[in-house]
Amino acid sequence: MDETIRLTVDGAERTVEVDTRTTLLDALRERLEVTAPKKGCDHGQCGSCTVLLNGRRHLTCLALAVAHDGAEITTADGLAGGGPSADRLHPVQQAFLDHDGYQCGYCTPGQVCSAVGVLDEVKNGHPSHVTADLEGDPDLTDDEIRERMSGNLCRCGAYPGILAAVRQAAGA
Amino acid sequence: MSVEQQTTPVRVRSIGTHLDRVDGVAKVTGRAPYAVEHGEADGVVDPLHLWLVQSTVAKGVVVDVDTESARDHPGVIAVLDHASAPRLAESDDGELAILQEPTVHFRGQIVALVLAETSEAAREGAALVNVSYDVEPHEAELREDNASYRPDSVNPDMETDTEEGDVDAAIAAADIVVEQTYRTAYEHNNPLEPHATVAWWDEEDGREILSMFDSSQGVHGVAQTLAPMLGLEVDQVRVRAPYVGGGFGSKGEAHAHVMATALAARTVRGRPVKLAVTRQQMFALTGYRTATISHVRLGAGADGRLAAIEHRVQEQSSALKEYAEQTASPTRMMYAAPHRRTSHRLALLDVAVPSWMRAPGEMPGMFAHEVAMDELAVECGLDPIELRIRNEPELDPETKKPFNNRRLLDCFRRGAERFGWSSRPAHARATQDGDWWVGTGVASATYPAMRMPGNAARVRSLGAGRYAVAIGSVDIGTGARTVLTQIAADALGVEPGAIDLAIADTRLPPASVAGGSSGTSSWGSAVVAAAQRFRADHGEHPDPGVETTASAADDPQADELAFHSFGSVFAEARVHRWTGEIRVPRLLGVYSVGRVINPTTARSQFIGGLVMGLSAGLFEESYRDARFGHMVTQDLASYHVASHADVLDIDAEWLEESDEVFTPMGSRGIGEIGIVGTAAAVANATYHATGMRVRSIPITPDRFLES
Repeated sequence: MDETIRLTVDGAERTVEVDTRTTLLDALRERLEVTAPKKGCDHGQCGSCTVLLNGRRHLTCLALAVAHDGAEITTADGLAGGGPSADRLHPVQQAFLDHDGYQCGYCTPGQVCSAVGVLDEVKNGHPSHVTADLEGDPDLTDDEIRERMSGNLCRCGAYPGILAAVRQAAGA
Repeated sequence: MSVEQQTTPVRVRSIGTHLDRVDGVAKVTGRAPYAVEHGEADGVVDPLHLWLVQSTVAKGVVVDVDTESARDHPGVIAVLDHASAPRLAESDDGELAILQEPTVHFRGQIVALVLAETSEAAREGAALVNVSYDVEPHEAELREDNASYRPDSVNPDMETDTEEGDVDAAIAAADIVVEQTYRTAYEHNNPLEPHATVAWWDEEDGREILSMFDSSQGVHGVAQTLAPMLGLEVDQVRVRAPYVGGGFGSKGEAHAHVMATALAARTVRGRPVKLAVTRQQMFALTGYRTATISHVRLGAGADGRLAAIEHRVQEQSSALKEYAEQTASPTRMMYAAPHRRTSHRLALLDVAVPSWMRAPGEMPGMFAHEVAMDELAVECGLDPIELRIRNEPELDPETKKPFNNRRLLDCFRRGAERFGWSSRPAHARATQDGDWWVGTGVASATYPAMRMPGNAARVRSLGAGRYAVAIGSVDIGTGARTVLTQIAADALGVEPGAIDLAIADTRLPPASVAGGSSGTSSWGSAVVAAAQRFRADHGEHPDPGVETTASAADDPQADELAFHSFGSVFAEARVHRWTGEIRVPRLLGVYSVGRVINPTTARSQFIGGLVMGLSAGLFEESYRDARFGHMVTQDLASYHVASHADVLDIDAEWLEESDEVFTPMGSRGIGEIGIVGTAAAVANATYHATGMRVRSIPITPDRFLES
């Protein structure tokens, strides 16, 4: 069964016909040719498909497209303003370049979106599993970054570079 | 026309310095297109989607494929099985010759294909295909009593067994003997980008052409493998792989899914067919590292000097296609000992086909050897670094040739200094911090330096001081695009920005696989050869459009030397006294690898290897249920790989050096060595922390709760 939904993707209004079985990830990748979100596991285990959905980080492989009619989605591509030039990169993206926080690049758009989400969550006082004081503002220590980013796997093992990148972006 | 050129060492300017990854912006923005992300601009118009139907039995014969419900499902175009799939011209390769016969060789084998207009319909269609089997008894368990088959050689073409001197007599006469069995688990490469292919058939100048974007470590290899099986000349298969989301060996050769896509596309000529292998399917179809059992005997004098080393390996392959991991290969060259024996025996099982995974041979073999060396150090009352100093060979024990720059001990000295090794307590279980036992350990790392045949590069003048450089090599995340740009720039004597590099297309000059730490050495040498020949033929001010294609001649000295890289790995482990939880707060690798071309991408490669070694040491295990013949751990929630929270202070450094006998750049290759020895260093650190010796990986918390 097909349904038509509307999405705002990286600032552009898009209308797309989806099968009711279509995930948000497949709607983006296969029906809208938006391929910045990657499919690494399709089961919410690797984080490669992370986007900002209505402003918060979200796994698009675990979301059914029909349940997100009207949603606003920002991918790693959209964070960079949609243009091809490097000088418009989001500070998190620039930090990934500065610290070589990637190798193959496949998990990278998800890591970038997740990092943007993490910084926002910390700013808004959200605690994590390793936050000692649940009442106060969390301090973005290395352990906090590692814990909060652990939903995004990197098989190339660029974790030390990603940690340094998130630390840099947090200070920016 | 390609000519062979004797290269001379490159005058380095960009080589050895940082250059931003030339594809960095494309990657951090997600604009870099991976295999199935290519669209109309690249000729992928209105693609069909393919889904694999896999056998649910380990051995038997398909007696019926009921496709009716699948074909009735809206959107399904066709179902192919062994009766209806296109015939192959050659079917010797049992892994790739899919759907040519009804025989089932392993659970998870491809038994049917479903083509549909959408991925949802293809997937549902695959679920609706009903396959019936005549089931036969299978054997899917590796045991010491069934791994007795002696292969003719081990990967890639090494001796199966070696024997020198009289090992048994030397062991009998030794003051100290370590005799233990070490085990490593089945491991799956699990690159973050699952294997994926898009393929289409059309005609060019009256000839059939198969075009593919494939997630591959070597496009030329894929074309050379597929073409004869499909009854084509090699130049009728065009394979491109501009971006590849990791491989770690699993994309080093074409696996069955690539053939599945080519066959399915042949039935719908003109329409591209996309196949994205699922993470679950990868556990049966895209290669893995065999489990290994290493029986090790070390015989030494009271001073720790080795008299005898024996390393007998038992492991498994698939009865369908043989792959023999060269697990004892590093044992043949690592330490001095007059008496030595190594062997490999396999169990040929009714299981999926194993293949390359990062540092095949060295990774499991050095786990066994380096934990055994740690045990010997304890038995001798020696510091484990001192034990290695005492067993340093004069010549390569395997070939009896001089090593070209064996600097293992320099790696230990530098690592010891940086890690603070001198303050280490001599005895195990000496340090407690609250509820944590704390210890440190070391291991050696080594990897052979390899330059592959069959590489050529092309240099063309673009005018105004710019040059187009082309070679069909693939960047799987290593930074090849960036370092080849630097190599080309230095070889031509221009800035990196003056180079337009093209890679990853079979229509470019041939390149060997991105594997075996051989890529930069092999491709870089070809680029240097082409650049030097270009300058010789066309001078410093070439006319626009002139070009040279060349390959690199071997250095005549190379036959007289043994080329290996070396390293030392230092680990700190903390083991929780009540839960057995293991943390590795510090991990350091120090490497001797010739000249490092780009310190930024090199550091990431080394650290990536260390992370994967840590991951193998503590987490990674594919568990096969021998009753059914498949891996029950078949996703990233059950097959654990290191995550952010597992990776604490990990760093790598290297010795300043250059190996210009091996390559004109002075480099030797760096991709594998980071994983070698790392699990052993972690295991040795957990022993030093707890006094409990674990001889198998992964080292799980329960191992420290047994006594």
